[in-house]
Amino acid sequence: MIGEGIQSTNQRRHSFVEDRVEVGFFTDPTVCIGCKACEVACKEWNDVPDDGYTWTGNSYDNTGHLGASTWRHVLFVEQDQQKGKQVVGTHSLGKDGDDDPFRWIFLSDVCKHCENAGCLEACPTGSIVRTEVGSVLVQNDVCNGCGYCVVSCPFGVIDRRPEPLPDAGGAFKCTFCYDRQKSGLTPACAKVCPTESIVFGRLDDVRALARKRVETLRASGYDDAQIYDPTETSVGGIHALFLLLGEAEAYGLPPKPEIPTIYLKSSWSAAAVAALGAVLAVGAAFAFFA
Amino acid sequence: MNADRNFEDRLDSLRKGAKHGGAVTGRGVDISGGPIPRLPGYYGEAVVKPPVWTWEIPLYFFLGGASGMAPLIAVAALLVRQIELARGALWIMAAGALLSPVLLIMDLGRPMLFLNMLRVFKHRSPMSVGAWILSAFSSFAVPACLIFELYLRDAFAPSIATLVLILCGLLCFGAALFGLGLATYTGVLLGATAIPAWFLHRTLLPIHFGTAGLGCAAAILELLGFQTRPLFVLGMLAAIVEALLWIWLEIDKHGAADRALHRGGSGWLIRAGEILSGPLSIIFRLTNLVPLAAISFLLGALCSRFGWIAAGRVSGRDPEAVFASQR
Repeated sequence: MIGEGIQSTNQRRHSFVEDRVEVGFFTDPTVCIGCKACEVACKEWNDVPDDGYTWTGNSYDNTGHLGASTWRHVLFVEQDQQKGKQVVGTHSLGKDGDDDPFRWIFLSDVCKHCENAGCLEACPTGSIVRTEVGSVLVQNDVCNGCGYCVVSCPFGVIDRRPEPLPDAGGAFKCTFCYDRQKSGLTPACAKVCPTESIVFGRLDDVRALARKRVETLRASGYDDAQIYDPTETSVGGIHALFLLLGEAEAYGLPPKPEIPTIYLKSSWSAAAVAALGAVLAVGAAFAFFA
Repeated sequence: MNADRNFEDRLDSLRKGAKHGGAVTGRGVDISGGPIPRLPGYYGEAVVKPPVWTWEIPLYFFLGGASGMAPLIAVAALLVRQIELARGALWIMAAGALLSPVLLIMDLGRPMLFLNMLRVFKHRSPMSVGAWILSAFSSFAVPACLIFELYLRDAFAPSIATLVLILCGLLCFGAALFGLGLATYTGVLLGATAIPAWFLHRTLLPIHFGTAGLGCAAAILELLGFQTRPLFVLGMLAAIVEALLWIWLEIDKHGAADRALHRGGSGWLIRAGEILSGPLSIIFRLTNLVPLAAISFLLGALCSRFGWIAAGRVSGRDPEAVFASQR
């Protein structure tokens, strides 16, 4: 934590991979300053190419969304609501001196590293694996770019590059800096975050921290503070928790994400019915009309 | 600078629009209380990712469907001794068995690595199951067609001819079995995803794709000149089922969640497909215009495959569809 110096979980060396400890991120928008250092650090460390030089016109966010070449993405949410017990002054956007409440929230979005991961289940090559620390990793040398993980992620995180890189697979997403973690380093985004809005640590610690933070915020008037950690759906919880102010929809997060494998049973049953129907139809056609 | 000039022009047009109309169109400055209606979710950005597949995949669905159902017709034809019909069906099967992997490999981000699909079998991944089904189907279908053709040309000595025929029959049976999977798994492939328009219709899709596959196999055979009664009956049955599926799709609406299936280009592509292979095909058959019915069915099946992929793309980009499907 801030003030702990190099003893902070974001800074000190660890042996989570060796000890097979489940790790997690906790991203807290209430202390994020929108500096995008996480985006930059991620790009630099992982050598991620540019994601297009386009202007979205959406607040100060020209990144747009997570994708094959965007593994951290700072959202700039603008809402006509009050932020906690915020005092709205003369700089509000109200008409004719009205004090319209207005809040500006920054949140660094990232791969959720689901407990039950849609991409991992969908991958036909076994390229996507679960690591010792519970994160979900794409092995680029195995990935053949079939694109099925892209439509299987309930959070729209993983994507295929339009043109494959030489000697690299088709699908890309956040690696949870597995290479850094193996060497006892913290992920680049957490390491660089100047306000510790991104906290890295043991999943249990991070969960506890998130709960405590929500309590603190609620006590100080942030009534709509909540943790985004879909444990009650088939996703079964995530390794990158978020603190949200207000509804998940405003952050482009699905309110009730489900892993697509829950649809398999009904769909394969329908396929079996179709196959049986075809056999019966062909049998009948040739038995009675030949 | 040219770019700066463009930005200034855009800003001017935004100011003008806001001043005159009280609202501006297109992308611009999204301020709370500003003149632009706020978009759903996070500036209307997609919540899930739309499919990255291009034209190869719907075409593969179409070919795989027709060639997957062909060996079933071939086996039935062999059992009732319609040798020429069986021969035609086996050729359709073999052609599809050779072309399908090509289309699938063309779409891969790294085509050289198709074989990576065969390093594991994951029963919970329809893509993995499908890759194995296609591989098995092709390895049964191509030898079956070759052996049958050689047998018809008396290439085998009489002493082993019966044995060869039995082997060929077994291969055909295997191809028919995996062909059933090939024609229907594609529906599961779309159904078990995070795309609202697809997973909401996960039971309709395999039935639709399987029926279309069977109807297409019969239609191609009819166009090749086998206008026999069993094929007519099969074509009619497939068209009736397609018409019923169209009605099901029109009744089973989920509002914003699956509007991509009913509105816009993707909606019309699906509707055109269902009309062509359903009601129109039935009418042509009732008026005894069999070739027209066959063409209509084939066109419909092709339209519908492209329509479903297009709908997935629209639905995946639509944040409201995702939110609506989870409420």
